[in-house]
Amino acid sequence: MKILNKVHALNTKDMTNHLKLVLSTLLMTALIMSCSNDDDNNMQNQIDFSGTFAQQDQMGRPAVNTVFVSSSSKDMFNTTIPSQQNAAFQTMFQTNLEGLSPAYANPGDTNALGLDAATFTGLLATDVLNVSLDGTTTFYDGTNVLTGRALADDVITVELLLIFGGEDFSENPGLSNDNVDANDKPFLTSFPYLASPW
Amino acid sequence: MKNNKLILGIAALTLVVFFMISADHIDAPAVQGGSSDITDFYAFQGEDTNNLVFVANVQGLLSPSATATATFDENVLIEFNIDTTGDNVEDLVIQAIPRDGKMYFFGPTAPTATGLNSAIETMATQSVVDITTYGTSASVANNAGMRFFAGPRDDPFFMDFAQYSAIIGGTATSFNNPGSDTFAGSNVMSVVVEVPKSMIGTSGTINTWVESKSKQ
Repeated sequence: MKILNKVHALNTKDMTNHLKLVLSTLLMTALIMSCSNDDDNNMQNQIDFSGTFAQQDQMGRPAVNTVFVSSSSKDMFNTTIPSQQNAAFQTMFQTNLEGLSPAYANPGDTNALGLDAATFTGLLATDVLNVSLDGTTTFYDGTNVLTGRALADDVITVELLLIFGGEDFSENPGLSNDNVDANDKPFLTSFPYLASPW
Repeated sequence: MKNNKLILGIAALTLVVFFMISADHIDAPAVQGGSSDITDFYAFQGEDTNNLVFVANVQGLLSPSATATATFDENVLIEFNIDTTGDNVEDLVIQAIPRDGKMYFFGPTAPTATGLNSAIETMATQSVVDITTYGTSASVANNAGMRFFAGPRDDPFFMDFAQYSAIIGGTATSFNNPGSDTFAGSNVMSVVVEVPKSMIGTSGTINTWVESKSKQ
């Protein structure tokens, strides 16, 4: 109705121009719509990739936000860039680590990597995955530490050992291994590596 | 019957609590259960050891029937971030965004801006793969030395999350042996990219993480 009122208010010449504009707009819309429904590669540059995309979630190492960030801060952790995470969250990580595994509060207490509570949480609070370009990539395989994350890595047991296992992985044996050591389907040796869905 | 219903109700509630946390599944209120919820991130050397593989999984705990209708969200950008200089600021990104049954990839490329807000880097190397539909074999695309997949996969994560929750909740004092994989039989929506290491760096260690970003 608003458009009709506007059209009535125009004189004949303006109205002709207006109609031309409307027609050409309609034609362009039809062309764009036919492109977006077309699988032809030549049309790919017509696809709309515009806009600003704002951060919702982020992840580096497994289970970090889950285990070390207090409930009320989980969204904030997901929208703090990694270079600012240590300053914002290391203290909270240390408090929560010492809550989970009180031995860490004792002076000089370390995990099997030789890291005390402050150093260990200083590493974890910056939630990025370190990946080697030079060889074996694993979260931890007994020799290599934090050189990547492979599909078969038992990352939860590694983290439980580092949280509860003490200096030589012998402390709290009932808490240091969930005894689920492998995936429910074998991984593929070739791309895309992950197993087909259930 | 009443008792059965009550037990079922408690079981359902307990399941919800069990599923509240894991690798990164449902990790935070703003994203949990939504199309931008990252469940897991992997980065490892490929079958060809000259390559690195990046895996981002979203939308965890999909049952087989839910997987059949699951889709990637066209308003959600999945972005692999790569820091090659050790300052935990991204020097390279690989972006993945779905359009009309295909996943489009841009990069690796230096982003025009770092941080929380991104534009799609349409001037970078563009690649595309058909999103694999449930029940069909994996559709894989090759472009510029890289390899691409997008679609449903078995969730590669494994953990006795139920028992962990019981321990944290104070109703158990240790894990069981053997444990029970809480994620057995569930699927995720997965994006897999294999990239020549030469596109990223020559030697040493990179820092990498994945982000989901929503169109404003």
